[in-house]
Amino acid sequence: MRVPLSWLREYVDLPAGETGRDVAARLVRAGLEVETVEQVGADIKGPLVVGEVLSIEELTGFKKPIRHCFVNVGTANGTGEPQEIVCGATNFQVGDKVVVILPGGVLPGPFPISARQTYGHTSAGMICSARELGMGDDHNGIIVLPPEYEAGTDALELLQLVDEVLDIAVTPDRGYCLSMRGVAREAAAAYGLPLADPALLDVPPANSYGYPVKVADPVGCDRFVARTVTGVDPGAKSPIWLQRRLQKAGIRPISLAVDITNYVMLEVGQPLHAYDRNRVDGPIQVRRAVGGEELTTLDGVRRELSAEDLLICDDSGPIGLAGVMGGATTEILDPVFDARTGLASGTTDIIIEAAHFEPVAIARAAKRHKLPSEASKRFERGVDPEAARAAAQRAVDLLVLIAGGTAEAGVTDIAAPHPVRTIPIDADLPDRVAGAEYGRETVTRRLQEVGCTVVGTDVLEVTPPSWRPDLTDPYDLAEEVIRLEGYDNVPARMPVTPPGRGLSEAQRFHRRVGVALAGAGYVEINAYPFVGEAAFDALGLDADDARRRTVKLVNPLNDAEPALRTTLLPGLLGALRRNVGRGNTDLALFETGTVFLPKAEPKVAPRLPVDRRPTEEQLAELNAALPDQPRRVAVALTGERLPSGWWGKGAPSGWADAVEAARVVAAAAGVELTVRQAQHAPWHPGRCAELLVGEEVVGHAGELHPRVVKALHLPERTSAMELDLDLLFEDGRRVSGPPVSAYPVATQDVALIVDAGVHAADVEAALREGAGELLESLRLFDVFTGEQAGAGKKSLAYTLRFRATDRTLTADEASAARASAVAVAGERTGAVLRGA
Amino acid sequence: MSAPNKSYDPVEVEALKPEVVEQARDEAIAAFAAAADLDELKQAKVAHTGDRSPLSLANREIGALPPQAKAAAGKLIGQARGAVNQALAKRQVELEAERDARVLVEEAVDVTLPYGRVPRGARHPLTTLAERIEDTFVAMGYQVASGPEVEAEWLNFDALNLHADHPARSMQDTFFVEAPDGTADSGMVLRTQTSPVQIRAMLAGEPPLYAVSPGRVYRTDELDATHTPVFRQVEAIAVDEGITFGHLKGTIEVLVEKLIGGGLELRWRPSYFPFTEPSAEIDLQCFVCRGASVGNPDRPCRTCSSEGWIELGGCGVVNPRVLVAAGIDPGRYSGFAFGLGLERILMNRHNVADMRDMVEGDVRFTLPFGMEI
Ligand SMILES: [Zn+2]
Repeated sequence: MRVPLSWLREYVDLPAGETGRDVAARLVRAGLEVETVEQVGADIKGPLVVGEVLSIEELTGFKKPIRHCFVNVGTANGTGEPQEIVCGATNFQVGDKVVVILPGGVLPGPFPISARQTYGHTSAGMICSARELGMGDDHNGIIVLPPEYEAGTDALELLQLVDEVLDIAVTPDRGYCLSMRGVAREAAAAYGLPLADPALLDVPPANSYGYPVKVADPVGCDRFVARTVTGVDPGAKSPIWLQRRLQKAGIRPISLAVDITNYVMLEVGQPLHAYDRNRVDGPIQVRRAVGGEELTTLDGVRRELSAEDLLICDDSGPIGLAGVMGGATTEILDPVFDARTGLASGTTDIIIEAAHFEPVAIARAAKRHKLPSEASKRFERGVDPEAARAAAQRAVDLLVLIAGGTAEAGVTDIAAPHPVRTIPIDADLPDRVAGAEYGRETVTRRLQEVGCTVVGTDVLEVTPPSWRPDLTDPYDLAEEVIRLEGYDNVPARMPVTPPGRGLSEAQRFHRRVGVALAGAGYVEINAYPFVGEAAFDALGLDADDARRRTVKLVNPLNDAEPALRTTLLPGLLGALRRNVGRGNTDLALFETGTVFLPKAEPKVAPRLPVDRRPTEEQLAELNAALPDQPRRVAVALTGERLPSGWWGKGAPSGWADAVEAARVVAAAAGVELTVRQAQHAPWHPGRCAELLVGEEVVGHAGELHPRVVKALHLPERTSAMELDLDLLFEDGRRVSGPPVSAYPVATQDVALIVDAGVHAADVEAALREGAGELLESLRLFDVFTGEQAGAGKKSLAYTLRFRATDRTLTADEASAARASAVAVAGERTGAVLRGA
Repeated sequence: MSAPNKSYDPVEVEALKPEVVEQARDEAIAAFAAAADLDELKQAKVAHTGDRSPLSLANREIGALPPQAKAAAGKLIGQARGAVNQALAKRQVELEAERDARVLVEEAVDVTLPYGRVPRGARHPLTTLAERIEDTFVAMGYQVASGPEVEAEWLNFDALNLHADHPARSMQDTFFVEAPDGTADSGMVLRTQTSPVQIRAMLAGEPPLYAVSPGRVYRTDELDATHTPVFRQVEAIAVDEGITFGHLKGTIEVLVEKLIGGGLELRWRPSYFPFTEPSAEIDLQCFVCRGASVGNPDRPCRTCSSEGWIELGGCGVVNPRVLVAAGIDPGRYSGFAFGLGLERILMNRHNVADMRDMVEGDVRFTLPFGMEI
């Protein structure tokens, strides 16, 4: 809602020096969201005056028509002599009143005006168009004023060019603030000033000879006021003040009848509709649509109607979508001017509709037809049903005043009976909600300022005003009191919380994972979870891969990515590629986040009641419908893992780093991770590790498949890991402190030859088992293949450290343990001692 | 060597004459002092204390002296040797110290050489910011709660007093999850706010309830410098006997002081959220210009766009209807709730101009934030 300050002052006598910013600050504290205060016309400087065109000389020989004019500007130019001005517009004649800016003036731009030579003449000023004055984007040449204004009159004032406009974002509960009347009421309360209510008008009582209206759906339409004005001059134009107020409020002037309905809507908040009475066929009827009906709305769109649509009809069928938009067949005609006489023909008899419709019906219709209009916006939020009569009267008055019509005596007013809503409220409820001490007097006074009728003492019986349908329970009323008393004035205090229990084990674990990976050199990213088939294709997933089963969105941002991720890899690899593209070539990235796994049989989540707690069964049904959303962690690496430098050679990142990242995460979880050779997309079939806790697969790691690397335009040998954190987490884990022996260590090396296909993990497991309890640690320090190892073989060299907790080991004991280790390794994996 | 002789006069043995012994002693001391390094000292040591040194040779003469003369001669030589050894030891210490000092000088390196051998990582600032806020609340006695991102509409809207036709429901542009029949009627959405976690927390147990819940939320905005369709909120809720709007104010004041700093004014603007009543938007006085940029084109402020205030988030007293839907007796309990947008706090607290930087995962953006924020 755009509120020109000059207009607001018409209803509230604000202090003279009060600026738009001052008013905005007060309104903000009362709960109106004033987004901006626009300084209209601040960039225009006079002299800007009314001019009378005395002569026009058409200059020829130029690419476009140019006029050399003399304009009477009264004494505004200091001399009283006609002003010589060259002008490029052609939509005016000798004798027309125009708007002239004189040398020394400045137009928005800034565009300073001075006398200059142009097209062989002096041009001392400019004849202005609406656009040049910042009044709108009207391209129809310069402004031609009505003839009654005198040359030399100040046009800044006349055109009301300088003003301040408050742009207010109205929240859904404050429908009444979509009008000058509502904003003025808030301003009056904020300043403690009286309100001149524009809806307080003398309205003749309803009678039986108004335009006939039948309301078949009194629930959808509980009020319908119709008034008729006849003998309207079809050529009448909106006066400048009316056009200017509409423009400042952000509505383009169109024609007098439409402008007046818009003006009254802005003033009192009641949407109106004007019909050409001679185009309406029989009585107006309000009813729901029936199957197959259609309506062409004012915007020229032919619309299929739904049975839920509330319609305005006549004997010919639908003539309007109630509360949303009128129909084309009964709209006010554009005037046609007779070229000879200058007389206009068009609509002369007008029916004004001021109705009240049910908010939900209008909201649904506007949504269904994707037609949010100024009217529907107001009906959705609740319009004052008691303002209908005044609004219709105001429109009639303006039509009579401006267009010379005659108000017909007939007044149609159909009203469904309204029960009086009375809300009982404990007088101290606002105190209890706020934690402040207002007292009954203050509570009563504030509610009265809002427009409520208040009676009672300890319990107040409050009747909210007709324009506040949002006030329905005691808490609504408490809020009104607290906001008008000022949130700033509520004393701040701290609640007394029960003893806290800190973070849960799972939360601590999630933090630990991030800390551990960042400590290991990984940088965290947060990718969007949106994916499409292309991402799965690039990863080389089989057609029946479980990860292709996704949760889909109805309205994705990008139609190519309609699904939610089932793996973190697409987003993570996307970030990797983006970084590489920007020249960041040595990368170790990680992400933690949820993936979305659809249920085997997707269900609909029930819509439960809200007037009581749902049952456990209902909640279980609701939760069962949600997709599984386990938490994952993933890493991706490329480039150098350890950089080279003056200290020596670095190391490229690879599959082993990806596997190691999984071990870092497992260490943060405090669980033992088993690594097994596997084949799993999108990894390289020979360089993919399956990660297990016990016998459960919790993730995969390794180098990406070369095809995937190519498809995703990643650097060669890009590696990645993905792990399910929920599967890794084990609540209540505790490390037992190991005994630390102070006896000396006995170190033995062993080099084994195994078949190239034997896994180091299996050899290690066998060595550990064979070495028994005396083994303190085991480390693989060398791996090689080639001639020395033998064809199809590889050599694995280990250091075994033996130590007892209760004695110094003898050389024989250590050697025996080593021999036993080698023996078990030999049994399990075919390992033989090198050189044996 | 001559045999013992009773009439022998020790004075007559040349090497044992006191002046000869003293001279040998002085020559030794002088030689040690003259030794320029440990090698020269070693040579001097051999020359003056070795088997063939004057004092060693003189010492050998003592054996041939008559018993009555041995004591005096032994004392003479002993004193001389003592002085010589002392001088030697002293010089040895001096020269060793010199050598050590020289070696340390020679071993000096350029410690300003750059060293990037161990790559550094970083956590995302939105993660660490969320943790910082969590910690503030945990210290106040709150628990950290979480909920799913694909959420039931009932929890995201209905239970929060946003019924199907509520105008506020169209304020938020929601991602709807596709139903098995291909329509939008799955009853599920990508949560548009962290508020459904409030409901989950309330459903989980009886008050008192004090919970904070950070998380990702979704709205159908296109990504630009100030919007992202996927963003983070942190929500806090307190439900207990006698909770008031004043408690909400106190709690947010503590949070702001901890998060941004003290001495900043807060502005409480009445607003509208279906799930709270009364509702407020909280504005924080701009901590960069402290309002000095307002209406002052010479001093524009990027942080607050010269508005003087920075929007922090929305809050209010929990609407009793929400308590009812969660099975809490509004006659006995009341509550407050508030939600903050983490991206905006990060932008303000850390001068981040473009929200896209938080989304794209460029390591140059994230690395400077390190492990903590
Ligand atoms: Zn600022």
